[in-house]
Amino acid sequence: MLSAYTDFIRIRFLTMLAYRVNYYSGILIYMLNIGVYYFTWQAIYGGRGEIGGFTASQMTTYIAVSWMARAFYFNNLDREIANDIRDGSIAIQFIRPYNYLFVKMMQGFGEGLFRFSLFMIPGMLLALLLFPVRLPSDPIAWIGFLVMLFFSFLINSQLNILTGLMAFFVENNEGIMRMKRVIVDLFSGLVIPISLFPVWLGTIMQWLPFQAITYLPGSVFTGRTQGTGILDVFGIQVAWFVGLLIPIFLMWRAARKRLFVQGG
Amino acid sequence: MYYIGLVFEYLKNYMKTRLTYRADFWVEVISDLLMQASNLIFIFVVFGHTDSLGGWSESEVVFVYGFYMVPFGLFSCFVNLWNFSDRYIVKGEMDRILTRPAYNLFQIFLENIDPPGLLGSVIGILIMVVSGSQLDLDFTWWFIPVLILFTICAAMIYTGIYITLTSLSFYSDSPTGIIPLMYNIQNYGRYPVTIYNRAIQFLLTWILPFAFVGVYPASLFLGRDEMLHMAWLTPLMAVIFLTIGIVSWNVGVKKYRGAGS
Repeated sequence: MLSAYTDFIRIRFLTMLAYRVNYYSGILIYMLNIGVYYFTWQAIYGGRGEIGGFTASQMTTYIAVSWMARAFYFNNLDREIANDIRDGSIAIQFIRPYNYLFVKMMQGFGEGLFRFSLFMIPGMLLALLLFPVRLPSDPIAWIGFLVMLFFSFLINSQLNILTGLMAFFVENNEGIMRMKRVIVDLFSGLVIPISLFPVWLGTIMQWLPFQAITYLPGSVFTGRTQGTGILDVFGIQVAWFVGLLIPIFLMWRAARKRLFVQGG
Repeated sequence: MYYIGLVFEYLKNYMKTRLTYRADFWVEVISDLLMQASNLIFIFVVFGHTDSLGGWSESEVVFVYGFYMVPFGLFSCFVNLWNFSDRYIVKGEMDRILTRPAYNLFQIFLENIDPPGLLGSVIGILIMVVSGSQLDLDFTWWFIPVLILFTICAAMIYTGIYITLTSLSFYSDSPTGIIPLMYNIQNYGRYPVTIYNRAIQFLLTWILPFAFVGVYPASLFLGRDEMLHMAWLTPLMAVIFLTIGIVSWNVGVKKYRGAGS
């Protein structure tokens, strides 16, 4: 049974591989995004030492690694699920002898593996050439970052699944999906590191799952979180991963009862 | 007259389709505004930690961003070529367009019209008023006609650049990625270009002139003399880039042979 699920990873990976040319321009887009924030932050720092606990060089590294992490964890599971619900093919998925959400997660992971090896790694190498990014020298930071990166993927995919499942309840959730994307980019710390937000906003964000996607792994990579601190931030990620399983389970149960295929 | 009538017909159609999913329509509008808001939040957070960005104060940067929103709203309402290659070339809808009497590019604009985009323009004007009053700008009568002129010019620059790039899809099967690439490059235009290095400044001024949709024209109202001559170049750039766009579009349409199957 498990091998059936791993096959979904393999198939999605191969599908993505067939369309790899589309991702070359993606690397360029990510470089442009890193560039606009890099130059802006350079101008902000001027000659100053530290802003929000970041030195100028840590900020450059943080921006680069955050965007490249996004290159890995980003996926369109929300759109895929919403499309399955809207065109009614979800009904077939219900009949099949597997758990639909688990399959989606596996497909997302297949895409993630592709993105990691053909998008994130080459992108990171290019970023190293273009910007003064400093890689961590501590092996523990590398291990911590890679493990946390995997949980970034899990949490982001969970949020995508939740957003996609909303199509069961609102019929057209295009707007909700767009809003989710903006919120994740802003509140995960991709656009602005959480420690730079005004205190009240920063406090709110510490109680939301988004910081676990970008900000926490980014702090490990830049060396702002070290030693046992890595375990603390990793604990936050694990807690969110487990916590988010509950709404997914509840929503999935409620959704199966009210399935309604439009024009079916 | 005929063309104005068409605009109203298409708008009527638009309302009918969009209001089918009313709640979703509003969520979409709000999420677009939130995207603009996240850029503003970035500016506010940054100025919580510094007083000047490359010699520009907070209110000035916010003013530039407000100006940047006005032509962009106009552009995203009337010109939406994001899906052109997929919808019109690959799926062959271009053939349907060409059999109709109205100018083909005009029809494509109308079919993809998106009035909520104008809301961004309104908010941009509000932002300019608020930040302008914080700066104690002397409001003079010529602000309004010049603002209208520069807004139209900036929208023409956007349109010119995007038509030129979209017309590439008449030659190549799938120039995937060029349009999203542009949307990211234009992000550079929201801040004063002087913070970038020389090569990027040159690119944003003469090759992909996104500096002319934001900081250059806005600097005229801010009274920043170092950019005054650039501000007055805006109409010239608009004419040049829109002409390039329309000429390359028409050449592309002449060359168009249909996707065939």
